[in-house]
Amino acid sequence: MTITTLAELSANLRNGKVSSVELTKEYLDRIESSEHNAFISVTSDQALKSALAADKQRSSEDNSSALLGVPIAQKDIFCIEGTRTTCGSKILENFVAPYTATVVQNMHNSGIVTLGKTNMDEFAMGSSNETSYFGDVKNPWSSRQAGGSKGNLVPGGSSGGSAAAVSAGLTPAATGTDTGGSIRQPAAFCNLTGVKPSYGRCSRYGMIAFASSLDQAGPMTHTAEDAALLLNTMAGFDIKDSTSLDVPSEDFTRDLGASINDLTIGLPSEFFGDGLDNDVAVLIENAIKEYEKLGAKIKEISLPNSHLALPSYYVIAPAEASSNLSRFDGVRYGLRAEQYTDLVDMYTQTRTQGFGDEVKRRIMIGAYALSSGYYDAYYAQAQKLRRLISNDFTNAFKECDVIMGPTTPSPAFASGSRSDDPVSMYLNDIYTIPVNLAGLPAASIPAGFTQNGLPAGLHLITPYLSESKLLNIAHQYQLVTDWHRQSPLTTRGNA
Amino acid sequence: MFTWDKQWEVVIGLEVHTQLKTQSKIFSGSSIAYGAEPNTQASAVDIALPGVLPVMNLEAARLAVKFGLAIGANINKRNVFARKNYFYPDLPKGYQISQMELPIVGFGELEIDTENGVKTIGITRAHLEEDAGKSLHEDFQGQTGIDLNRAGTPLLEIVSEPDMRSPTEAVAYLRKLHSLVRYIEICDGNMQEGSFRCDANVSIRPRGQAEYGTRTELKNINSFRFVERAIEYEIERQIDILEDGGEIVQETRLYDADKHETRSMRSKEEAHDYRYFPDPDLPPMVLEDSFISEIKATLPELPSEKRARFEQKLGLSPADATVLTADRAVAEFFENTANTTKAENKVVANWMTGELFANLNKSELDITESPISSAQLATLLDRVCDKTLSGNTAKKVFSALWEQEGDVDDIIAAKGLKQITDTGEIESIVDEVISNCPDQVAQFKEGNEKVIGFLVGQVMQRSKGKANPQMANQMLQEKLK
Repeated sequence: MTITTLAELSANLRNGKVSSVELTKEYLDRIESSEHNAFISVTSDQALKSALAADKQRSSEDNSSALLGVPIAQKDIFCIEGTRTTCGSKILENFVAPYTATVVQNMHNSGIVTLGKTNMDEFAMGSSNETSYFGDVKNPWSSRQAGGSKGNLVPGGSSGGSAAAVSAGLTPAATGTDTGGSIRQPAAFCNLTGVKPSYGRCSRYGMIAFASSLDQAGPMTHTAEDAALLLNTMAGFDIKDSTSLDVPSEDFTRDLGASINDLTIGLPSEFFGDGLDNDVAVLIENAIKEYEKLGAKIKEISLPNSHLALPSYYVIAPAEASSNLSRFDGVRYGLRAEQYTDLVDMYTQTRTQGFGDEVKRRIMIGAYALSSGYYDAYYAQAQKLRRLISNDFTNAFKECDVIMGPTTPSPAFASGSRSDDPVSMYLNDIYTIPVNLAGLPAASIPAGFTQNGLPAGLHLITPYLSESKLLNIAHQYQLVTDWHRQSPLTTRGNA
Repeated sequence: MFTWDKQWEVVIGLEVHTQLKTQSKIFSGSSIAYGAEPNTQASAVDIALPGVLPVMNLEAARLAVKFGLAIGANINKRNVFARKNYFYPDLPKGYQISQMELPIVGFGELEIDTENGVKTIGITRAHLEEDAGKSLHEDFQGQTGIDLNRAGTPLLEIVSEPDMRSPTEAVAYLRKLHSLVRYIEICDGNMQEGSFRCDANVSIRPRGQAEYGTRTELKNINSFRFVERAIEYEIERQIDILEDGGEIVQETRLYDADKHETRSMRSKEEAHDYRYFPDPDLPPMVLEDSFISEIKATLPELPSEKRARFEQKLGLSPADATVLTADRAVAEFFENTANTTKAENKVVANWMTGELFANLNKSELDITESPISSAQLATLLDRVCDKTLSGNTAKKVFSALWEQEGDVDDIIAAKGLKQITDTGEIESIVDEVISNCPDQVAQFKEGNEKVIGFLVGQVMQRSKGKANPQMANQMLQEKLK
């Protein structure tokens, strides 16, 4: 079995080679027999109903949308009416959403079938999917490690379930959300194309908030073309989200195929320094050489404030999270502790039992950063750094069209190897976090395999609202390479 | 009256929460109508389901700007909403969306009347925020019910300077503010339903001392009377402490109207750290100049402007002008009546502040619920002008109007109250009286002119009050000369 793309499935459905119901059953069967723990909930009944409706619609309509009847998986951070929505947390273990997130609704309106809800780090806080209340997710590439299996690898996080599911062929694509790298890092770890759109492209309504000023939904697919197709159905202005962009909708596939022979690639020295795994560095250099062959020019650039991104992020994101997660108080929905003495004790017991360690850690960091007497030193200061980091990109894009580097400093690591060391875990996102702080679009695409047989991701960053260009730059690379077509389920080289 | 007057100076500042008269909530589309079944006006946004987001209702901003313009305040064009974080069951998100820095309304002023004349009270700021829900303790044994219908109702919190120096001044300010928000139609002012709520910051200091004393904040004082009584109680309490050599603790105190006392709710040490920060879900709200100027154009004549006009242009006394402009509906009733009737403005004012207000008060009715319309009052006063009615018969007609027995002229006809102005008819009654009261006639002729009153009275009695008293008087004088 090799990878199957949305574009291929779309063609097969259109040509009548397969029906949506057949396709949906096939994927549901694969999910059923998989052992990756990639899903928290599988919504078979609803999926088959949607698939049937899609098949009916296709038979009665000539101009159906490109992804009509295509099944995908949704990160369990999106509310879907009548469906359990946990956000990877015990506190929402039994929460059934009474409404549907705008992004999911947009996809359903395009005829996309939802197979189920994928596993994730609790409240999207994590880089390994190990903070999920619903257990670790197995990276499908674990078995492809050189010298045989050395135990399980993490799929990355927080969209680890989505990444593992696509990689393992349990779904042709999935949604993810990216606050500091939660789409791109797992995409890199699982050999996928992951796109974080510009902040405001996709509505956040119905997407459970981690850090409101950073969160953004995006596609996780095999190819850039698929990412463009899926993003077409996700994006758009939403009156229910005041931070969503009121810009005309566009076709993100429109630039696919445009020549990139006048492209200038900026390589920031800060992304190739200490801490970068040698193996990964070599793969990224090779990828850049491919682009040079395509006519792109290389320019050394600098993002001088990059080193401030992580400290800035680890003030802003927890600060917003500490407030966003206050609503999980046991009063109206979700978990309520069974025994408590009074109101304050009810809050304390509920939140102590309902939240995991990483979530508690970030709530405490955030509450501290916002507290009276510390606000100026932490939160206000972090916001200033955020502006400096954003300005770095503005200046850099005066010299280049796209910034490239590694998505992560190292490939997927072994389960449990970093879970007791938050700082080493946080360093996973050192290249991805500046992008969220600046609100820019970025992607991670497969860039080959380390000597240990693990995938590495090439990170591409482009100016605000230039997703079409970004996706074409990724697409041009995928036209001349086949890293993205490698599946952990095939013998490498046979793809 | 109070002992504090000599030694102690009282310093009072008020924080008033006014519910804005929008159709829907400040950050969601739910209705804000009062009195619905619990939780029937609470949407996904209002109950803070996971993933929901606030969307600013511009109508709330419009009403806030209207208030700012009415107090001559600076309107902040760039508005930032902040989260005020604290846990409480009736606060669904665990934070209240409010404004911290950059409130929509900056410094403004309001004039109040005091015994010593007009005094200007500063208004520090007014900011937009959302109301919380309500905790219901009564209906649930040992448990608390939560009604989130009110959660998200738009509030304008109006914060005064510590400019008031007595409970009377505080109440005068509060009344003035209450009148203003209803005038400009941003709030219905219903204190029972909680549309207009007041907290008071109270401190005392020895007369002549420049620094303020330690203040306490009084809550739960939601009527003009309670405001006055709670502040009075609090002043006495603070004086007792200081005169006993104690210290005032900065704290929030709750007023208990039944026991007429304030008691500690939480001290400064227990005060929340609200961890304010700009709400990342709401981009700054930037108001265009055109938005503000459009509101300015719709602003009605303000109470102070109206009062000046009533005095200067309409010739009313300061007292009448004050009473008749305190409420917009009252002022409209007055102007409608005065514009329709031939009677003088002063006469209209007398009838309104006298007869009409007395009846309204007795029946506990608002002017808008008056059984007598301004048109009816105008006609009634016209009938006095054209001498169809005397002062006395006019009052009878007024009573009949109050009982809704018909229109003015119908009532006059039905009750036969039309004044007799026919000379012949009056003359025959006058002749009867002269022949029936020989003693009084004799006294009058002997020079006791006061007795004429008795004789006129006899004429009125015999005419059942319908004779024109001036004509009767004149005719008696002539016949007895």
